[in-house]
Amino acid sequence: MRKAYYTVEERELTQAMKPPAHTKGPARWIKDNLFNTWYNVLLSCLALICIFFISKALLTWAFTEAKWGVIPANLQLFGVGAYPREQIWRVWSVIYILCVLVGLSAGMWGGLVFRFAVVLGGVWFIGALLPFELSTRGWFLGAVAITAAALFLGRGRTALRPWILGGWLLSFPLIMIVLRGFGENSVLTSNWGGLLLTLILAVVGIVVSFPLGVFLALCRQSNLPAIRWVSTAYIEMVRGVPLITILFMGNILIPIFMPGLDINQVLRMGLAITFFSAAYMAENVRGGLQGIPRGQHEAAQAIGLNYVQTMLFIVLPQALRSVIPAIVGQFIALFKDTSLVAIIGLIDLLGVARSVIANPDWFGLQAEVYLFAAIIYFVFSYSMSYGSQEIETALGVGEH
Amino acid sequence: MAEHENAPNDSIIVCEDVHKWFDDFHVLKGITTSFEKGERAVICGPSGSGKSTFIRTLNRLEEHQRGTIVIDGVELSDDLRNINLIRQEVGMVFQQFNLFPHLTNLQNITLGPIRVRKMTKSEAEEIALSLLERVDIADQAYKYPSEISGGQQQRVAIARALAMEPKIMLFDEPTSALDPEMITEVLDVMRELARSGMTMLVVTHEMGFAREVADRILFFDEGAIVEDAAPADFFDNPQHERTKLFISQTLQH
Ligand SMILES: Nc1ncnc2c1ncn2[C@@H]1O[C@H](COP(=O)(O)OP(=O)(O)OP(=O)(O)O)[C@@H](O)[C@H]1O
Ligand SMILES: [Mg+2]
Repeated sequence: MRKAYYTVEERELTQAMKPPAHTKGPARWIKDNLFNTWYNVLLSCLALICIFFISKALLTWAFTEAKWGVIPANLQLFGVGAYPREQIWRVWSVIYILCVLVGLSAGMWGGLVFRFAVVLGGVWFIGALLPFELSTRGWFLGAVAITAAALFLGRGRTALRPWILGGWLLSFPLIMIVLRGFGENSVLTSNWGGLLLTLILAVVGIVVSFPLGVFLALCRQSNLPAIRWVSTAYIEMVRGVPLITILFMGNILIPIFMPGLDINQVLRMGLAITFFSAAYMAENVRGGLQGIPRGQHEAAQAIGLNYVQTMLFIVLPQALRSVIPAIVGQFIALFKDTSLVAIIGLIDLLGVARSVIANPDWFGLQAEVYLFAAIIYFVFSYSMSYGSQEIETALGVGEH
Repeated sequence: MAEHENAPNDSIIVCEDVHKWFDDFHVLKGITTSFEKGERAVICGPSGSGKSTFIRTLNRLEEHQRGTIVIDGVELSDDLRNINLIRQEVGMVFQQFNLFPHLTNLQNITLGPIRVRKMTKSEAEEIALSLLERVDIADQAYKYPSEISGGQQQRVAIARALAMEPKIMLFDEPTSALDPEMITEVLDVMRELARSGMTMLVVTHEMGFAREVADRILFFDEGAIVEDAAPADFFDNPQHERTKLFISQTLQH
């Protein structure tokens, strides 16, 4: 029975109550969670023994046998592949453009973006401390300075936010132009490689496949049968074919379908990855769209919003928010899948790893090289995953 | 002499032989009626009789397949411009409130005026705050719908509809999803609205409210209007057997 009225004393009592604090020490936690029953004791001990032997072997290898010299010796190769040394300023210019945008955004939005900018600045700073050539350390230091300056300039200028969003959009073609250059000095895309290529493919894939996926998902829900069928057919077809097949087909078919245009291999792979990822993105988004109750559409219509407004202001914000984990999972998968472009001869991060191993100078160092590549992939993937969790908390997924 | 059937000039809603099917299921079987400016009509009837469907055809949340509906001189048809015009004139309040959970209460109210009526943000917020004042929850403006009670949510929903400055307000069982102690606060707001001269069509089982506020009660059964009378006649002198049964059943508890 719920009481409608409380006496003053009772009410004070009920207000004064606080939930019991959960302050257990780590020893207590381990006892409660790992050693609470006889079979958990057994499993925990087994696990500890396994962990001990594996990490012992790994650490012994890493600190005594492994020849890590292969990594610093090929660092530029890992970073940019066959990108010519005398043109490396182009890559740094691109990094500087991004530093400016990140710094300004961090100043204007604060919060998560600010923390990201600080971490990024920290990475550049560490780069400047490492024993690279003097010019490289100078470039790193420049990046720190530019990020900090942009952050300072952007501080609190919330009114300029739309301009920065426009800037991010424009930065895309700008970066491509800077990387490529004009005339005799231009750098052919076939020379783009390493982490640079991996990141370009991943960013193009993510940035383009996301809106495309949303569009496909909306089409799949359309009232017009023709649009629905086309979109469904596209999604199901792409999902029924392995990515490798699509990469091969993209490599061969795109030049056949567009003979006039000279579409280079990097672009072809970017398109293929985008079209592949969009189908999965569409299915993720559709899951979110289906979770929006009909009442939301009706309430939006009842106040006179048209279809586009209803989607833009009511349905998509809720639908996308609810599928952030799935979407970011798709981004991470796409990032790792870019390694498949090695199959058609592009030298991305993994491609560089393989070519380094094939070099007689570094014979027999597969473990070091692959481990290094794996760590790079992990750092980026985990950052995305971490960012997604932060965004979820910031947006209060599942709360409002 | 000037009964409302003969004086369509004063009628803000005119329905002529409106039919509606869900697939093969005949939900509305020839509704012919009209409502005058400022009229307060209560619609009641057994579950599944087509009450919701009828008022939802009035702002085209449902499409009717035969007959004509004219709202304030504009006929409802496939013409998107007419639909948008009419939706701006007709506000609707739902049983489940249907507030937008990702927006604050204030943003729920200002969205329509900003996006549809093209007001500036500050104009819209001024109106929204005065409406929240009117429904007596000005202090909840910056909370999210999930943070306030059902009765308060329904009052925000009413304010959201009113912010579009509609000429007609439709209510589909606005108190049915509420705990008993919250029904009064919503009915009070509706009473105040009725006093202000708003044209209101209310689907409800609150017979006390109907008797007190309504000019007219329409009784629906199996997709048709069975009884259409002033409250006094409706309760004390019902003509149709189904109406008598319904009244005796609802007044029992
Ligand atoms: N979208 C729909 N598709 C198919 N049938 C529907 C749909 N909506 C309503 N119906 C059916 O139409 C009939 C009338 O529904 P309506 O919601 O108008 O009844 P109601 O009088 O409002 O009843 P209640 O008091 O339960 O709300 C019901 O039998 C219902 O099952
Ligand atoms: Mg109903």
